[in-house]
Amino acid sequence: MTSTVMEIKDLALEFKVSRSIVDVIRRRPGKVVRALNGVSLHMEKGETLGVVGESGCGKSTLARCIVRLYEPNRGKIKFRNQDIFAADFRNDRSYNKRVQMMFQDPYSSLNPRMTAGQIITEALSVHEMRPPAEIPARMAELLDLVRLSQDAAEKLPHEFSGGQRQRIAIARALAVEPEVLIADELVSALDVSVQAQVVNLLLELQERLNLTIMFVAHDLRLVRHVSNRVAVIYLGRIVEIGDSESLFSNPAHPYSQALLSAAPSVDPDDTSGAIRLEGELPSPLNVPPGCAFHVRCPYKTENCTRDIPVLRLIENMGEVACHNAEEIAKNA
Amino acid sequence: MSDVTVSQTQQALKKSKLQIALRKPGFVIGAIIIGLSAMLAIAPGVFAPYDPNLISYLEVKQPPSWAHPFGTDMLGRDSLSRVIWAYTVNMQMAILATVFAMSFGVFVGALVGYYRGIADQIFGRLVDAIITFPFLVLVIAVVAVLGPGLVNMYIAISVVGWVYYARLTRAEVIAQMGNDYASAGVVMGYSDRRIIFRHLLPNAITPVIVYWMTDMALAILLGSSLGYLGLGAQPPQAEWGVLIAEGRNFITTAWWLSLMPGIAIVITGLGFSLIGDGLADLLRPRT
Repeated sequence: MTSTVMEIKDLALEFKVSRSIVDVIRRRPGKVVRALNGVSLHMEKGETLGVVGESGCGKSTLARCIVRLYEPNRGKIKFRNQDIFAADFRNDRSYNKRVQMMFQDPYSSLNPRMTAGQIITEALSVHEMRPPAEIPARMAELLDLVRLSQDAAEKLPHEFSGGQRQRIAIARALAVEPEVLIADELVSALDVSVQAQVVNLLLELQERLNLTIMFVAHDLRLVRHVSNRVAVIYLGRIVEIGDSESLFSNPAHPYSQALLSAAPSVDPDDTSGAIRLEGELPSPLNVPPGCAFHVRCPYKTENCTRDIPVLRLIENMGEVACHNAEEIAKNA
Repeated sequence: MSDVTVSQTQQALKKSKLQIALRKPGFVIGAIIIGLSAMLAIAPGVFAPYDPNLISYLEVKQPPSWAHPFGTDMLGRDSLSRVIWAYTVNMQMAILATVFAMSFGVFVGALVGYYRGIADQIFGRLVDAIITFPFLVLVIAVVAVLGPGLVNMYIAISVVGWVYYARLTRAEVIAQMGNDYASAGVVMGYSDRRIIFRHLLPNAITPVIVYWMTDMALAILLGSSLGYLGLGAQPPQAEWGVLIAEGRNFITTAWWLSLMPGIAIVITGLGFSLIGDGLADLLRPRT
């Protein structure tokens, strides 16, 4: 039995680029960076949703919107049917207890002047997760949960390695006993061997605590390993979303195909080369009309330059935002 | 060989920051100077050989000698005793002319840095307006309005000086907010007050404290300047600026009258600067 925890509808976020005085005098219109361009997705209880895409495509912006670090210009985020930006809920701190985030950079996500113990204790005591007398015991329990030794409590962040710091960040997030965890490039700053430790720890904790996880990353193999479903983002828009295995083995959108073929294969018999995309990722300052991918798409038709494709369910595949998905699948 | 190196490294890491600081000669010299200055300021009577206000018309303008190491002034008062008694006033200046400016400036700077918006815009214009004027000119203007005297001088310096602390704190807070631990605080649902004062400020305060040390040196300079101009401490109170002003008329015949308090200013100022320099290394968090 599944239940929808998080529902995101048509989320759009634009950042205004500050205008120079010359722009103002010449009446040039202000430029906007379109970080998110109408993202819709949902997360089910207990699942891991992978979010992949090139750098600058809006992955992190999406993650930060969900934890209310950014406020979207358009669209809604509903957590258990509650609009998280509704006026009467906007400052409700109970939301922060239920949806937590881990950050990419383990070197800046912990206050350098607080010990690991203080960092975790603060989360416990501010939200009154336990009566004051039980907080030290709970703190020790959390350190244990993320496999840090008890003497870690007395140490400052600079005394830990990157992987240990990420585990402190996980412990801090888990201190408030959330339902949803947003992992924004949780392990991309870590060594490969440490990545596995941290990711496996996360998966183990997910099972034990029945967490719903959004796993934002650019490492495709890692995403395939951890996710139940995967969303592929291109220029602030989801181009394909579907079951992890079927998306990875049989991507439908030409962008997903190119992205996946770019990941190195460990199979020595794999002779299929990477699909080369023409051109560069267009600037989010100037998103192409129609399908944003048409300028680089080898299958583009006239329609692609005009109409924005919407996500639609395609048989034997997930939801794909491409006018010609069926054609492409037939010819493959 | 490698084992030895490892254990040595561990030992070096275990050394407290104080031990590291004590190996820096500049910091040690600064600490000694300020320590001695503080002793002189707290108990000048213990160290001064004579009553600083004891007038003796038989010993007017005597050059330095064993009986009067710094000589005597135009009224026969012992210069050394007057320079020592001045420590009380001048060290008091270093603190009273800066702590209010610092506390208020840090508070305002942290708030405008965190909230930005319209308050920050207004703050920016205010800062621009105030720092356009030379510091001394503005302070003199405020003293002119309030009237001369030590208390009014402290008020005047604080009224102008907080701006520099606020500007520095604002910039540091904004820089610290670029770190994810600030965002993490928001995501954790911590109050703004907790994020500003428990998370951002402790990390933003180091340059402010270093600047404070320099500012104490500046406050002594400024206080003596105003004393010299007759706007700060009033004679016959022993204060370095006042002492220099008193000796000014006799600079060719009794040079020691102005020179000795001048040296005291230089040494004390140097002491604060050296401490500030050492603190900059001492307080820097490791990452």
